[in-house]
Amino acid sequence: MLLRLTGGRVYDPAHGVDGVVRDLFVRDGRMTAPPAADERIDREYDLSGRIVMAGAIDMHTHIGGGKMNIARQMLPEDHRSDLVRRTDLTRSSCGHAAPGTLATGYRYAEMGYTACFEPAVLPVNARQAHMEMGDTPMVDKGGYAMLGSDDFLLRLMAAGEDQKLINDYVAWTLNATRCIGIKVVNPGGISAFKFNQRMLDLDEKHQYYGVTPRDILRVLSRAVHELGVPHPLHVHSSNLGLPGNFESTLGTIRASEGLPIHLTHIQFHSYGTEGDRKFSSAAAQIAEAINSTPNASCDVGQILFGQTVTASGDAMAQYRNSGLASPKKFVIMDIECDAGCGVLPFKYRDKNFVNALQWAIGLEIFLLARDPWRVFLTTDHPNGAPFTTYPHLIRLLMDRSFRNDRLAQLNVDAQALTTLGSIEREYTLNEIAILTRAAPAKLLGIEDIGHLAPGAIADITVYRDNADREVMFTSPEYVFKDGEVIVRDGKVVKVIWGRYHTVQPEYDRGIEQRLRDHYERYQTIRADHLRISAEEMHAFGHGADVLTHPCR
Amino acid sequence: MPASPKTPSTVTDVACPFCGLVCDDLVVDVASDTITVRANGCRLATTGFGATTVGEPRIAGRPATLAAATAEAARLLSSARQPLIGGLSTDVDGARAAARLADRTGAVLDHMNAAAAFRNVLTMQDSGWITTTLSEIRNRADLLVVVGGDIVSRFPRFFERCIVNQDTLFSEGRQCEVIFLGAAAPAGVTLPGPPATISCEVARLGEAFGALRAQIAGRTLTATDAAGAPMSVWQQLATRMKAAKYGVIAWAVPDLDFPHAELTVQALCEMVKELNRTTRFAGLPLGGSEGDLTVESVFLWQTGFGSRTSFGQGQPDHDAHQFATAQLLGRGETDLLFWIASFNAARTPPTTTVPTVVLGRPGMIFEREPAVFIPVGTPGVDHAGHLFRTDRVVALPLGQLRASSLPSVASVLTAVEAALQER
Repeated sequence: MLLRLTGGRVYDPAHGVDGVVRDLFVRDGRMTAPPAADERIDREYDLSGRIVMAGAIDMHTHIGGGKMNIARQMLPEDHRSDLVRRTDLTRSSCGHAAPGTLATGYRYAEMGYTACFEPAVLPVNARQAHMEMGDTPMVDKGGYAMLGSDDFLLRLMAAGEDQKLINDYVAWTLNATRCIGIKVVNPGGISAFKFNQRMLDLDEKHQYYGVTPRDILRVLSRAVHELGVPHPLHVHSSNLGLPGNFESTLGTIRASEGLPIHLTHIQFHSYGTEGDRKFSSAAAQIAEAINSTPNASCDVGQILFGQTVTASGDAMAQYRNSGLASPKKFVIMDIECDAGCGVLPFKYRDKNFVNALQWAIGLEIFLLARDPWRVFLTTDHPNGAPFTTYPHLIRLLMDRSFRNDRLAQLNVDAQALTTLGSIEREYTLNEIAILTRAAPAKLLGIEDIGHLAPGAIADITVYRDNADREVMFTSPEYVFKDGEVIVRDGKVVKVIWGRYHTVQPEYDRGIEQRLRDHYERYQTIRADHLRISAEEMHAFGHGADVLTHPCR
Repeated sequence: MPASPKTPSTVTDVACPFCGLVCDDLVVDVASDTITVRANGCRLATTGFGATTVGEPRIAGRPATLAAATAEAARLLSSARQPLIGGLSTDVDGARAAARLADRTGAVLDHMNAAAAFRNVLTMQDSGWITTTLSEIRNRADLLVVVGGDIVSRFPRFFERCIVNQDTLFSEGRQCEVIFLGAAAPAGVTLPGPPATISCEVARLGEAFGALRAQIAGRTLTATDAAGAPMSVWQQLATRMKAAKYGVIAWAVPDLDFPHAELTVQALCEMVKELNRTTRFAGLPLGGSEGDLTVESVFLWQTGFGSRTSFGQGQPDHDAHQFATAQLLGRGETDLLFWIASFNAARTPPTTTVPTVVLGRPGMIFEREPAVFIPVGTPGVDHAGHLFRTDRVVALPLGQLRASSLPSVASVLTAVEAALQER
């Protein structure tokens, strides 16, 4: 099957293509070079006047796993505001803050996204995370396995074990849980909370193990680097949400000692203590640190106003914030000497001083961080806002007058404490294509998505040009996945199930006996039962391929 | 598929699907189609693995082929105006197939354990809770309070696996005080020390949790007793709970079988929240038997709603009361019952005159012969599958232990769906 996509304005920043009108060709699901003049084109799409990008990639979105299912169970009232009807093609589900997996897949695709990565896969819960992602249609998916508060690692560190052994454990975890990266959440803090520690600053010792968050960041970033895992250590820093936490965030950026490090939802970690209310923006300091640290990248975790739910592995921070839940209910869980979680419904209000400033801080970081290859567009779905708000966020970034109009409606005290109104920068379409396509693929080490050169998987999104970028990005005219049209005019026209992306670094199998012994002695499940087989993944994903990407 | 040898072969690290603990350390012998638990078993495992293995489909009581029974089930389903898919004791794949079929046919989904499970769900949806999981208890708990009844009959190895272990991650030897609320420690259970029992009326425990919460918060109470026990007893317990480093309170909702027990669960959970102001304390809502939490999990992730959801209007419509099996049958609001029970032949459908299709474990004895009976395999015995444990965190892979001609629930439901398509 040979397709020709004619006359679209192409944004393919991975190859320096910035709004050039050109024809694209797809052969059997992949991009291909222009064919010989006499070759028959099976189907032609006239894309004159259209804007063409690769399928978008969300590199940090909570789409699968136990904490999202807790959120779903907690929020029937939110679901009822956005029920999804069945059609001849698609199944019924629910949307908004904690959408069902079916609606999640449909709606991501309808917005032009073709790949999503779940950033908090607890190793003991990995099978559920993959089951949920498997039941998420339309998009490719992958997960980051969470380490750093698990007693096995903390015991290795407290015993002063060799980095090599820690590397083996990290590699075993990636293999067993079929993930593509390693995430650390409030390093050591989830464990410390089980010992009734309520705070754990970057250089503060875990009261039982005696290790600090900085120690954990150092060994994990080194493990990820030495194993050659393409995605840098994915870090949810200490002190989430606390005024003054920008200091520990700056420390965290340096803690990897020059190795690659990715700071996630950095907006929640960019707070100062200035002003009458002792809460201020430290976006300038954080953006400067990112700008001057080439080994660091971040995603923003923008908040947008309205009802949502916060679901995090950071049980310590979520318990601390539990009084802010709206509606007033929360779930906190300690999990299997492995991790934890906390789920709180939350309503961000534009007239609330803190919420308004959070909104401004996120946008300041987007606009002050200079290198679009190291800043990623996320709301930390659903923690800052549901992913369906992305088109609105894109417009805020691309349209200064729209942004400033919105700013003028917010809490006035917050307006006085942000420099946002004076920032002139407007993102270009090319930069949006970097943030949402080229850069995430590069950061994940997946070579054949996020771009449109010959050889790439033909995941393509086609937009009707519209000065209102929110309208434009809400409803693409076409979304191609593997060269097939799956969305037409913003509606699903073909249901597919995507594939899984994983890495499987090599390791010394000696660690396996040690894990078996540890699990048999202390845990309540056999270590070998944590391991998810390729056949299981295939079945979870409705026949999905499980791709293993090379480690460096 | 493993061959079923005539001479016994021993299988280790078998996961047991017959209660919500899903212990995965069993040793069983398999000879032909007979399975004998050799080690790490319990009463439920012995019964479950040892149950009848043969059976053939029936239509109106007469033997039929699987294809004919499937076709008849599809015919009944396609002519029903408001089908109910109940029972639903199955594994992840069975739940996925049931959800798909319900969406297609506009059926109501309701698990056989939902009435009890909602005592927890309503609490969680109204005010939330702080909970923990089995391995945390095994390693951290220095105080365990057990609410009501006899959790050992439902979860036989709970104490063995979580309380009487020798070493923990943090200590050599184990010290965990156990206090039973409402009923004495069951006979024959080994505990680390002599358990304490607080005698009180289980149905009035809500009062006790309220009093405990107030005392934990430092309030003085004028009442002299709560739940039939003197206030001094509750004051002592409050002090003991506050002194715990990592306390746990465990309950199993079937034991709280009285009107509005969800309010008792809520009072318990609010008490646990109060304890966490100064120490660490967590609840352990025990469940997961008959695949209840497994099926709930699948329904939740696909659609946002669990049991008692109707798809009759083309979108999920969830109501914990309106769409309960007993209500629908009692008010004549369903005209076809699809009953699924793949773990336990004793879980037969409720007595009803509504035409019934049963996908059940062989050996089921019916008060009234169903319109269609299709014997199905048991996940973890006759075919592979996945089951969530009581904590809804760990999803264990279940293996196939013997060669079996019994179809899985998922395969039967998928065949029914395919037959609907052809109609």
